[in-house]
Amino acid sequence: MSKNELIQLVEDTVEIKEFPKFKAGDTVTVTYKIREGNKERLQKFQGVVLQRVGSGPTATFTIRKISGNIGVERIFPISSPFIEEIVINKVGVVRRARIFYFRKLRGKKARIKEKRM
Amino acid sequence: MSGLLGKKLGMTSIYDENGKNIPCTVIEAGPCIVSSVRTKEKDGYSAIQLAFEDKKEKHFKKSEVGHFAKASTNPKKYLAEFTRFEEKKEFGDILTVEVFREGEYVDVVGTSKGKGFQGVVKRYNFKGVNDATHGQHNRLRAPGSIGASSYPSRVFKGMRMAGRMGGNRVKLINLQVVKIIPEKNIIVVKGAVPGPNNSLVKIERWS
Repeated sequence: MSKNELIQLVEDTVEIKEFPKFKAGDTVTVTYKIREGNKERLQKFQGVVLQRVGSGPTATFTIRKISGNIGVERIFPISSPFIEEIVINKVGVVRRARIFYFRKLRGKKARIKEKRM
Repeated sequence: MSGLLGKKLGMTSIYDENGKNIPCTVIEAGPCIVSSVRTKEKDGYSAIQLAFEDKKEKHFKKSEVGHFAKASTNPKKYLAEFTRFEEKKEFGDILTVEVFREGEYVDVVGTSKGKGFQGVVKRYNFKGVNDATHGQHNRLRAPGSIGASSYPSRVFKGMRMAGRMGGNRVKLINLQVVKIIPEKNIIVVKGAVPGPNNSLVKIERWS
């Protein structure tokens, strides 16, 4: 048995939820649980996906939104138990897997062409 | 004390019941066989010698075959002695990951990754020269002064300078055991473990 299979065995214990497929350039809304003291509530984070990193239970994705003229980025582990739902709002057309150039763009330039469905 | 020899396989992360992400290291530990027992009367100290991992027959040496014959087994790749073992062990006893329990704390000993010849900034976390200006040139990562002048007229022993870094024996204490899979001889500990993947590690529990 190879090494990776043994690590895989440990990783298999992590539950990976099914989410719709999305990639860099897409606009998505992530609904996630927030725990304040004993109370739990849901919060939404909508923005453009900058990148998807990793594989298996350690995979993450980065979302960027502009909140009151300030760019906010959040990295979510895809297997995080706090993520409730991921909804794809727009499918963007980008040529790169990681669109870091998007951080520098402001105003009218910070638009991504939408894919016609 | 209780212990095992193992092989570091690599790192991954899992989640605990609160949804917290735990970075952890997967170690293939044991089964280890007791290849020798040191006793106070015979050897002057008491310890048990554990052997880990099979090797090919063409690599057997005659002296090894004789040594392992006492434990009625074939020669193994790695040997290590464990002192102050809790339970009494006999020649040929087999230890598996079941000597550990989920949730308890263990110490892990390994050989850290060799970094080669390194300067003082990387090796001892010196600050270097932070200025590029004020007459500085070519000495951004220099160590600075290594001592006074006519007194003591020498450099003190142990002065931290550039040199070989890494490849040392490192012991990390109090790593929590996150998970144990006895069928596959796997133990998962919280956090990192010294050394590259596939390197030998020694897991100890002091109770």
